[in-house]
Amino acid sequence: MDILFLLIPLSAVLILFIVGVFGWAVTSGQFDEIEDEAERILTREPPGA
Amino acid sequence: MSTGLQGPNGGAEPVYSDGVIRLFSLAAVLWGVVGMLVGVVIAAQLAWPELNLGIPWLSYGRLRPLHTNAVIFAFGGCVLFATSYHVVQRTCQTPLFLPKLAMFTFVGWQLVIVLAAVTLPLGITSGKEYAELEWPIDLLIAVIWVSYAIVFFGTVGTRKVKHIYVANWFFGAFILAVALLHIVNSAAVPVSLTKSYSAYAGVQDAMIQWWYGHNAVGFFLTAGFLGMMYYYIPRQAERPVYSYRLSIVHFWALIFTYMWAGPHHLHYTALPDWAQSIGMLFSLVLLAPSWGGMINGIMTLSGAWHKLRDDPILKFLIVSLSFYGMSTFEGPMMSIKTVNALSHYTDWTVGHVHSGALGWVGLISMGCLYHLIPRLYGKTAMHSVKAIELHFWVATIGIVLYIAAMWIAGVMQGLMWRATNPDGTLVYTFVESVKATFPYYVIRLLGGLLYLGGMLIMAWNVVMTVRAGRATAVPIPRVVAAHA
Repeated sequence: MDILFLLIPLSAVLILFIVGVFGWAVTSGQFDEIEDEAERILTREPPGA
Repeated sequence: MSTGLQGPNGGAEPVYSDGVIRLFSLAAVLWGVVGMLVGVVIAAQLAWPELNLGIPWLSYGRLRPLHTNAVIFAFGGCVLFATSYHVVQRTCQTPLFLPKLAMFTFVGWQLVIVLAAVTLPLGITSGKEYAELEWPIDLLIAVIWVSYAIVFFGTVGTRKVKHIYVANWFFGAFILAVALLHIVNSAAVPVSLTKSYSAYAGVQDAMIQWWYGHNAVGFFLTAGFLGMMYYYIPRQAERPVYSYRLSIVHFWALIFTYMWAGPHHLHYTALPDWAQSIGMLFSLVLLAPSWGGMINGIMTLSGAWHKLRDDPILKFLIVSLSFYGMSTFEGPMMSIKTVNALSHYTDWTVGHVHSGALGWVGLISMGCLYHLIPRLYGKTAMHSVKAIELHFWVATIGIVLYIAAMWIAGVMQGLMWRATNPDGTLVYTFVESVKATFPYYVIRLLGGLLYLGGMLIMAWNVVMTVRAGRATAVPIPRVVAAHA
């Protein structure tokens, strides 16, 4: 199972990256006022586009 | 391409980069027909092996990967490129970042498809399922994929709207995950232009291969298409996503859990038991975030169910989610070791794959293209709405015939293979199970023919729509500065 020497560090790095992206999303306000966001794609674009 | 119109003050009005979207959308329809046609050919060959015709380039063994690559990467890939380029622009209110690079991804992707169509029938293959293409093509794919990531994330990065709409999270995860999967699984030592050896060996290679294989399903065929679903269902139904909060929660749960499901392809093989158990466990857990997506999409129609009656595009979109729900229930069930002991290597697996492929991926793609294509040519509807309705019913009946035939065949095979006499000898020879499967192969072929027929109806409708329409530049609405 030597492949674990690759897979485990790779997975750890990946998880760190994912946690980092999630952290950015929270701190940069991506999840603020999300109730409005669902509506926005309907009102922002005209129906013909 | 992004400064095409005169604004009211004489300055150039920015327009969306839709040219590449038109190209990918039409290519998707073409490759859909091609890929499904090859599928019909190999289905016929399984029922009547004489149809191999003694010609190596037409033999089942070489045509099968041509079919899988064509439907997943050519058809599915072009659909994803087209819709992700469309959605990211519309939701970020900005043209594509580096539109010429986006055009390069189109040309490059078509080149990959053509190279696949040439090399696979020639028998040039790495032997890795859904990763058969040899190393030069793998390198080209990597270059195109990096370009795709630059265009997509560049567009998100230069957005005029602060919030990143949920669909873009799904597309982004799909793009990054596929890059990781492709690079790791395709690692190989080339010995000639047409031959290489995997960097991994034995059960370790198997683990890498099925980590890739299952995440190809989870990210290429699921996350990417969920991204589509989250934009086109609200747009077509003219209703917001049922629960935006749920979309965020199940997104994170989904992308985390999928990475661990791969070992369910390797139950009762040389893969260590603990790895098999992890695969089984996370596959079962995966049911929840998957159904989160299904529920969110279907319930978007809450208060507007009547629209399903008259709008065949909504039928495609909503029924695709029903099949998605079915497949994401069936999958976890088949990941249970006891169940897998029966289903593995049988046609039940094929039935499961096609329930997801024809039912979820196919129907959502068709629904989204039917919404998108007219709008790319200055119209709000396809040339014939009746033809969309006809396509829907033909495709759905085809799917049902396909999967029912494979379910019956699969369970039958599993039971026949494990039947033992009191003295411990096997009741059936393998060839007896093959013979017993014959009628189900014929029914499956019929289902596939119907599905292909539906795709041909779509191709006709698309041609008629494009001929009657005009490719017009769409101006980008000005974003009101203060609020994002």
